[in-house]
Amino acid sequence: MEKHKKAKIDFKVLARVMKYLTKNYKLRIFFVIFCLLMSTIASVGANLYLQTLIDDYIIPLVGNKNPVYTGLIKAILTMGSIYLVATIAEFLSSRLMVKVTEGTLKKIRDEMFCKMQRLPIKYFDTHSHGDIMSRYTNDTDALSQMISQTIPQLFSVVTTIVVIFIAMLLTNIYLTLVVLAFLVIILVVTKFMTSNSGKYFVKQQESVGKLNGYIEEMINGQKVVKVFCYEERAKEKFDKLNEELSKNMYHANKFVNSIGPVNGNLGNTLYAIVAMVGGLLAINGIGNVSVGMIVAFLQLSKTFIRPINQISRQLNAVVMAVAGAKRIFEFMDEEPEKDNGYVILVNVKEEDGKLVEVQEETNKWAWKHKHSDGRVEYIKLEGNIEFDDVDFAYEEGKNVLHNISLYAKPGQKIAFVGATGAGKTTITNLINRFYDIEDGKIRYDGININKIRKDDLRLSLGMVLQDTNLFTGTIKENIKYGKDDATDEEVIEAAKLANAHNFIKRLPNGYDTQISGDGASLSQGQRQLLAIARCALSNPPVMILDEATSSIDTRTEKIVQDGMDKLMEGRTVFVIAHRLSTVRNAKAIMVLDHGKIIERGTHEDLIKNKGQYYRLYTGAFELE
Amino acid sequence: MIKKLASCIGKYKKETILTPIFVGIECSFDVIIPFLMAYLIDYGINASNSKIIIIFGILLVICSFLAIFTGVKSGDYAAKATSGFAKNLRKRIYYNVQDFSFSNIDKFSTSSIVTRHTTDINNVQLAFQMIIRMAVRAPLMIIFSLIMAFVINIKLALIFLVAVPLLGLGLYLIATKAHPIFERAIKIYDKLNNTVEENVRGIRVVKSFVTEEKEIEKFNETSEKIYKEFSKAERIVALNNPLMQFTVATIIVLISWFGGKEIVLGNLTTGEFTSLISYTIQILMSLMMLSMVLVTIMISRASGERIVELMDEKSDLVSKKNAIKDVKDGSIEFDNVNFSYVNDENKLCLKDINLSIKSGQTIGIIGGTGSSKSTIVQLIPRLYDVTSGSVKVGGIDVRDYDIKSLRDQVSMVLQKNELFSGTIKENLRWGNENATDEEMIQACKLAQADEFIRDFQDGYDTFIEQGGTNVSGGQKQRLCIARALLKKPKILILDDSTSAVDTKTDSLIRKAFAESIPDTTKIIIAQRISSVQDADKIVVMDNGKIDGIGTHEELLKNNEIYRDVYESQVKGGKE
Repeated sequence: MEKHKKAKIDFKVLARVMKYLTKNYKLRIFFVIFCLLMSTIASVGANLYLQTLIDDYIIPLVGNKNPVYTGLIKAILTMGSIYLVATIAEFLSSRLMVKVTEGTLKKIRDEMFCKMQRLPIKYFDTHSHGDIMSRYTNDTDALSQMISQTIPQLFSVVTTIVVIFIAMLLTNIYLTLVVLAFLVIILVVTKFMTSNSGKYFVKQQESVGKLNGYIEEMINGQKVVKVFCYEERAKEKFDKLNEELSKNMYHANKFVNSIGPVNGNLGNTLYAIVAMVGGLLAINGIGNVSVGMIVAFLQLSKTFIRPINQISRQLNAVVMAVAGAKRIFEFMDEEPEKDNGYVILVNVKEEDGKLVEVQEETNKWAWKHKHSDGRVEYIKLEGNIEFDDVDFAYEEGKNVLHNISLYAKPGQKIAFVGATGAGKTTITNLINRFYDIEDGKIRYDGININKIRKDDLRLSLGMVLQDTNLFTGTIKENIKYGKDDATDEEVIEAAKLANAHNFIKRLPNGYDTQISGDGASLSQGQRQLLAIARCALSNPPVMILDEATSSIDTRTEKIVQDGMDKLMEGRTVFVIAHRLSTVRNAKAIMVLDHGKIIERGTHEDLIKNKGQYYRLYTGAFELE
Repeated sequence: MIKKLASCIGKYKKETILTPIFVGIECSFDVIIPFLMAYLIDYGINASNSKIIIIFGILLVICSFLAIFTGVKSGDYAAKATSGFAKNLRKRIYYNVQDFSFSNIDKFSTSSIVTRHTTDINNVQLAFQMIIRMAVRAPLMIIFSLIMAFVINIKLALIFLVAVPLLGLGLYLIATKAHPIFERAIKIYDKLNNTVEENVRGIRVVKSFVTEEKEIEKFNETSEKIYKEFSKAERIVALNNPLMQFTVATIIVLISWFGGKEIVLGNLTTGEFTSLISYTIQILMSLMMLSMVLVTIMISRASGERIVELMDEKSDLVSKKNAIKDVKDGSIEFDNVNFSYVNDENKLCLKDINLSIKSGQTIGIIGGTGSSKSTIVQLIPRLYDVTSGSVKVGGIDVRDYDIKSLRDQVSMVLQKNELFSGTIKENLRWGNENATDEEMIQACKLAQADEFIRDFQDGYDTFIEQGGTNVSGGQKQRLCIARALLKKPKILILDDSTSAVDTKTDSLIRKAFAESIPDTTKIIIAQRISSVQDADKIVVMDNGKIDGIGTHEELLKNNEIYRDVYESQVKGGKE
């Protein structure tokens, strides 16, 4: 949360919100404004006309034995038509505004999401998920409130105030001055109350955050609480936070609740003062004041105060909405992931030993490399990965990888082992260009990966991560995630390969079982099996398995292993595992320590060396 | 539901009752003031009577200030009552959750419990404040204004009697028509948020499968639906203001016509005429307010139900009366135990468990994922009750113990263990509130945690972040073990609690246990054979049944599963 002890409106942000509204609905907005103007002026006009109606069409008839009502009827009809105009205009404006509001919100949401998909991984690694989520929820909600209610209301309120003020000035300048003087008092009082409520409002938000955080932490660890009989102590701290929130909430609302009655009745006081001052002036014949004028003026002053009350009540909403909008725009203004790659993946077929690009699917792929001299080269997609003296830093100056060089050919399994923070996952983040390297080169089939278009590079890599993320949908849809057009047979084959078929079969609806909430109903191990199947189906030449079997017990892993070995056949595979039994059969094992490869070789070589790997293997060294 | 929620008002009863009273007084001023204004105009200004102008002017000012006073007072009471009510609600459900047993906790997801404490209470609290203020104010204003209108002129007041119910009906129809659409839209909105959340969490998957476009399409589809539903609802709600304005206009036109005639006939003054119009506006505004209250109550009803659900959830595990508080020793006996999480004989997770453990023994439990290793040990501190059979600790059925006394003697380190934000010391004190520094250090030494704690800059005062994210997995596990040791229990259960600790440290911990707490029964669940192989007895679990019991050597000889696991670990992979 940003610190803003003093609530202030950022007008630049407000202007941008307005621009959003007007950009797509120019004509509509124009109509809405026109209608709002019409309805405001008409309803103010009708209210004022009421006085004319009394003074000019009713009073003259008083005492008349045979009153003629045609004038009155005409006047009432006039007033009725003005009201009708106001009503219709009001109806049109609110009706037209719906599309503007909802459409703009949809546009903002869509743009945010679209933008999010283009952000580099770094953004997600450096911002908490809750923080990103709240931009879609809290901030958008606040903004929606403002667009749909506050802005139109403010608009009509301002129009009303201007119209009435002009009418007041035209009626009597001196009385207007009285009203203005009183207005100052009202504004001072309002400011006092809103700033006080604002202060406690900020405090309230802080204690809401604290209490919610505490509740979340405790409920998450509720089983630990039970095991330690910690209930009473958990209640104690809760009570303290709860009490604090309640206190701040009370103070914040106390002021908010008071604004209405205080301002409303200050309005009434103004009415009395205007009546007294005006009445005395009129009776004593000072300042050109007539009785009818006072009555009219009183009506005006009443209508003048009401909208000011409305504004003061909306102030907090505006402040919150603008703060929300600011966070939304910040998000949209983030730098998207850059991609200067021009080497793309294409389907090919072989003709006379040469690769020829074709449009149809051939299941054979090649990199299409357009050189700067116009020459087009096709390089067969094989899966050779080469690291050449690679350095990398997440933050400038703090290298986490140093001089990494390695070579992996199709059919080879390369394993990385090392303690947490040694840089294992970082290496895999570089291959698919989630992060870009600082120095050195990474080549895929001999092409510098910086030249390959990111989408194509990633399509040629398969990833299975430790935290398997599944998506709402059926099991089948999840396995098909990377390949929408896969047939049921292919899905089942992939599931069998990952040894997931057995447990899927036993689920109530088999492959059509719905998963929700990130697959919470499946065990961590089952989810990992699904992730492996998902990767198997997309059939990439290079696979990265980052702790992909960590949650599967060793016995099941052994069973999965057969499938995995089949899956790995003919592919380049990078494996990260802290369980050494997973990496034993790798072609080469790299032992990482503080971003450097300190040992490399086969399991047997490394055991013979009696170095770090040997110590890890014999359990003399803590991994994670 | 309302009765249960209302019982949370508690000691804020005074404020809850005073709020409507003061709102009522404020209302009466709101009604009297236009009346005084009419008098001031008719008999003061129009009659050019300065005495009346001054007297009524001052009276008006006094009334306004009294109204300010009562208004502020009612606002103050309302704020106090509401914040107090919300506080009590939170307290009630939080306290109830604290009494939950494991099976109660399993029933609700963490996020749903948290939402009930936050969003749901917020909704109910909003409705509460509306009920004690607006729901009192609006009808009172309508009644008072109607009375005043009747006092001024009965004939004209009849107009209200026709118009008010008509408008009320209109507003009601709009609210009830729009509400279900809103509810539907909110559900889609949840779906949208779910999509966003999945994408934020799974962004690596999205990017590595290059499915950004697909996800965007999915999102746009949902957001289009939201747009349509909300637009539909909003379009209906957009009728509110025009309807209101139309009614106001109609009434004013009618009053102008009939009232005008009355004035001409001398039955009505112009002041009274303007008052009637003020009352018209007041009545209709109040109706509007009522419809708003109605909608808020509708929205909060679902929240109220969810809160009550949490309040009503009663723990199924309670200590007996005259429960035994003294646990004699650390012996454990499982006698024909069957167990099902859902209390269904057909869905047993544990079948025919018979096991007897002597006080001070070390027991290892091993088995594959889903073999119910964790389930079996959770029965010992009575985290769940058996479905049939019995579990005895110290020779007495666990159901006969006082739960707190039992759990103080049976210390358990859970598989999914949590550290809490606070210093290391504060976390350790979970085990024993009054532990001295020496005791803490002693426990940490046993758990092999003392050394790394001392390496931290702030030692035992190092602050642990929420969820223990700033210590490594192995360190976290050792802290959790130390915390459990501080209880000085008669039985210590480690549920896969050293999986991230290296084998050497692991064996040091076991050695320390054997030497320093020989009288404590130790039960160790592990994936690694090396963690259990020197136990007095090893239990092999498979599919909820005991597949074999024996020492390492015995099991290697006659238990196939055990041998399999052993081979998969010692020989590794396939060769």
